[in-house]
Amino acid sequence: MIIKPTLRDRPGAWALSDYPEGTYWEAGYLTQKNAGWRSERPVIDKEKCTGCLQCYLYCPDGTIDSDLNIDCDFCKGCGICAKICRVSAIRMEGETR
Amino acid sequence: MNARELTKDEYFFGHKACAGCGGALAVRIAMKVLGKNAYAALPAGCMSAVGFNFPQLCFANNAIISTFAGTASMLTGIEAGLRAQGATDFTAVGFAGDGGTADIGIQALSGAIDRGDDILYICYDNEAYMNTGVQKSGLSPFGAKTTTTPAGERIRGNIRPKKRMFEIAAAHGIAYAATASVGYLNDYMDKIAKAKTIRGTKYIHVIAPCPVGWGTRTDETIELARDIADTGLWPLAEYENGVFRLTKRAREPFADPQNYFKKQSRFRHLTAGDIAAITADRDLNWEKIKKEYEGS
Repeated sequence: MIIKPTLRDRPGAWALSDYPEGTYWEAGYLTQKNAGWRSERPVIDKEKCTGCLQCYLYCPDGTIDSDLNIDCDFCKGCGICAKICRVSAIRMEGETR
Repeated sequence: MNARELTKDEYFFGHKACAGCGGALAVRIAMKVLGKNAYAALPAGCMSAVGFNFPQLCFANNAIISTFAGTASMLTGIEAGLRAQGATDFTAVGFAGDGGTADIGIQALSGAIDRGDDILYICYDNEAYMNTGVQKSGLSPFGAKTTTTPAGERIRGNIRPKKRMFEIAAAHGIAYAATASVGYLNDYMDKIAKAKTIRGTKYIHVIAPCPVGWGTRTDETIELARDIADTGLWPLAEYENGVFRLTKRAREPFADPQNYFKKQSRFRHLTAGDIAAITADRDLNWEKIKKEYEGS
């Protein structure tokens, strides 16, 4: 198991008793995705990819894992991965409804 | 270090940093090198604002928000507390912005270095108070347009040079200090890994471009962070045992700063004369570096 903040099921409205008494809480507790920020998504062409892992390394959000799976729940579409790729194996594709 | 040597763990994930944030990348990579036994303290600043939006808590390790001025003193307390409990394998690490380091937190940092406390202080430098809306900090470079140093006809942006925090830390006789850039992460990771093994106070100053404050596209963060090193404007160096050393030497002749400036709207007002003055200042700095670091 890798260590990573994970998305939890947040019960709708929180009762006062659900809140901590002090300013502390469980580490790595996520209730929201960041996907809505994105207007473009990266797509990796696995044929062209040489596995150099620069996209994994330089992603500010850690949304590309070292097996090159992209976590589209948290990708903000900044495009750093597409630009850092030496063989242009990543292209940014417009999000459409 | 390189990407293959990193853990798959992600300790800073799900945060609300703007797309293309250099600071978030600096924190994420540092945490991947340090691992789960790192106890992080973050003062007011971008990374605490984006990392702790209750109940969205984006550090997988122990992390706490410190007072704005007290990052280093809180680290001192964390380190002493853990040591008192008998912990041996841990790192007390701070992530403070440029304002939280060079202006507001400099006294606490200076005190911690003076005491030689066993802490790692990382300054992610986006060259202004970005979190509150791009106000000038002590680490804003000469000529940069911010909301408190607007660019007009007579005064063209920030009239003060960037404080030399790396040299200020070194001048304390610190155990280890380094400069880095998120554009060259292998070099940055080497420095974090080295700092982890050194007892005493460690200070790492990493350049972290901010698309919002610098006025650039979100995908340009890395190339700007490389440009600032390649142009010689930000030498990648370290200080250890009283000796300065360049770690990743920019190739000479340096890249033309003109291209670096033209990419950013905060520098768009600079005249050819301004850029020539900045370039001359860079050359003077490198003469000093060659003499002091390399003895030539």
